[in-house]
Amino acid sequence: MNLWNTIATGFREILAHKFRSLLTMLGIILGVSSLVAMSATVKGMENGLKEALEEAGGLRAIRIEYEDDLPLRQRHLADQATGITMHDVYALQQSAPLARRITPLIEMWGFRRGALARFGGRRTRPYKFAGTWPDVLTIEQHELAYGRMFNAFDDEEARSVCVIGTDVRDDLFGSPEKLGREEIPIGKTITVNSQPLTIIGMFRHYESESFKKRKEALAKENEALIAAGKEPRNPRMRDEFIFRLKNSSIYIPLNTMLLKFRTAVHARAGADAQLTTLKMEIDDAKQLEPALQQARNVLMFTHKGIEDFAFRTREDDAGEITTSISDARRSGGIIAAISLIVGGIGIMNIMLASISERVREIGLRKAVGATTADVFVQILVESTVIAILGGLLGLLTSFGLIQLIENLTPESNAPMLTATPMIIAFACSVTIGVLAGLFPAIKASRLHPIQALRYS
Amino acid sequence: MSDSQESQRTILELRDITKVYQLGGEEIRALDGVSMKISEGEFMSIIGPSGSGKSTLMHILGCLDSPTSGTLNLDGQAIQNATPRQLANIRNRKIGFVFQFFNLLPKLNVLQNVELPMIYSGISARERQERCMNALKMVQLADRRKHRPAELSGGQQQRVAIARALVNNPRIIFADEPTGNLDSHTGELILDLFHNLHAEGRTLVLVTHDPTIAAITPRRIEIRDGKIATNVDRRLAGIEK
Repeated sequence: MNLWNTIATGFREILAHKFRSLLTMLGIILGVSSLVAMSATVKGMENGLKEALEEAGGLRAIRIEYEDDLPLRQRHLADQATGITMHDVYALQQSAPLARRITPLIEMWGFRRGALARFGGRRTRPYKFAGTWPDVLTIEQHELAYGRMFNAFDDEEARSVCVIGTDVRDDLFGSPEKLGREEIPIGKTITVNSQPLTIIGMFRHYESESFKKRKEALAKENEALIAAGKEPRNPRMRDEFIFRLKNSSIYIPLNTMLLKFRTAVHARAGADAQLTTLKMEIDDAKQLEPALQQARNVLMFTHKGIEDFAFRTREDDAGEITTSISDARRSGGIIAAISLIVGGIGIMNIMLASISERVREIGLRKAVGATTADVFVQILVESTVIAILGGLLGLLTSFGLIQLIENLTPESNAPMLTATPMIIAFACSVTIGVLAGLFPAIKASRLHPIQALRYS
Repeated sequence: MSDSQESQRTILELRDITKVYQLGGEEIRALDGVSMKISEGEFMSIIGPSGSGKSTLMHILGCLDSPTSGTLNLDGQAIQNATPRQLANIRNRKIGFVFQFFNLLPKLNVLQNVELPMIYSGISARERQERCMNALKMVQLADRRKHRPAELSGGQQQRVAIARALVNNPRIIFADEPTGNLDSHTGELILDLFHNLHAEGRTLVLVTHDPTIAAITPRRIEIRDGKIATNVDRRLAGIEK
């Protein structure tokens, strides 16, 4: 008996019991679709986290922060702790060759204690209002869309200039969505905490890839709604925090901050001016350890051995991302594997039931010349065909499932479908079909034609 | 007369066949030293009450089962020690079966049912089609080829089963109580069909418990307690022809 006839027989058997076959396939369908949807979700999570990590400066950025929680043995020295000062900046520039773009920052954060920006009758509180050096552009991975960054002269003379993010512009001048055109407020003078500042540059608008896609999809949907004469939808959509933070910030030269906002930042001008943060960069992520050691040695010297500073790198975050991703992948994989196995057991169960229902048929086939191998292959093909169909339907279902998940997860973590899990899931379902068919096929092929024919 | 006897080739020869079953530790001798010959073109019946061993004999003759001891020679080939695979092959090419309960596959149509033996002998689709149609014409059911077995009467179903038994041109056809599940009129039609097949020169063996059916065949073998009780050939006895 050739294989083609065997496969045709298997299909005929499945078509003869459509509902039963569908129920049998259900386990495989669920297994395959959950495996595919799970890996798409994890992939989306990974992409979102990695994008955010990259946006925050990547692995090469190092942040040094003031740490008021001293080690126990140094608690009595708390009153001598200086915090991070311009001394540190100069010392690092001189003595830490691995560190580049050492940049001081005086930052005012948040809503309550933060800065209040006004223009005309409008006001906004940016997430971040910071005085810093021009290098912040590179270190925080900002890109100017319009105008220019303030430079060393602006800083030297403590000029009243600022560079803003697009959300600040949206709040003070109106967003492109509302105005219908992009407002470029270069040259306009806003006030921050009553100090006038002239806008000389504006960053590009930052958003994650998936958020952008969602927005485009919504715009298309709304266009269709308007064309149909219906109200456009306006769901609340928020991007990942790091993107919102970057859009809602105002930067001014460091000296402007020290002179004009002195009381607000409790700052002293000069070399012992207190900073909130110090940022730097290394050339190669592999040099992170020696660079940190170098910076630490310098700071231990300038801080007279008092450890009132802490290093923050993205490596901790990156490590956490890797572990949480692999954890999610593992647990999802186990769940999907269990449902695939359950699907396999379902197939085996149905095949066994189908065999005892078809004892006469098998006996007759043997009587007219089917060999043990013929019967074995026939049953195996039936279970394999069920598993293959189930696998294909599972792949189809996974598309729907992913759509569903996309609506439930934050925009930046939108699930991403890749080919590998689809191939793996399909291969698994076929393997399971073959394995599940093995025992019933052996059982059927061992039936003796006489016993089978007598059976009724 | 002796000349014509010798010209008829023996196609099946049994010598001292025994079949022993173990049933709950007890030994049951279903067949006990049966020897017989079946010549080409013969029409014979095996008769006996239930439990006499006639079904066991038919299973062994039909290569569905192997004897415990003794030799079995089919078409010049000793097959008492054949493997299951070889037996399947012999059943496929040399033997046709007709059963009491027809044993048609309900999900296949008439054509597909008749085709079944040829699928296992690897015959091309076109030739299968042609031979199916020939076999169906022989049983006058060519116009019902697309019907399912459930849509046919009992007699029609049995004729489909006969077409299936014929389709691979077997050396010998076994019919196990072929009329047992039919009313007497339909049964007669089936028996007429067997007569026609015999007239064409086919070798037929009827297995039955009914003496009136056995009476139509030229040769009768009666089985009792696993042994051949009588072996009557009416032609040799001069009762007929």
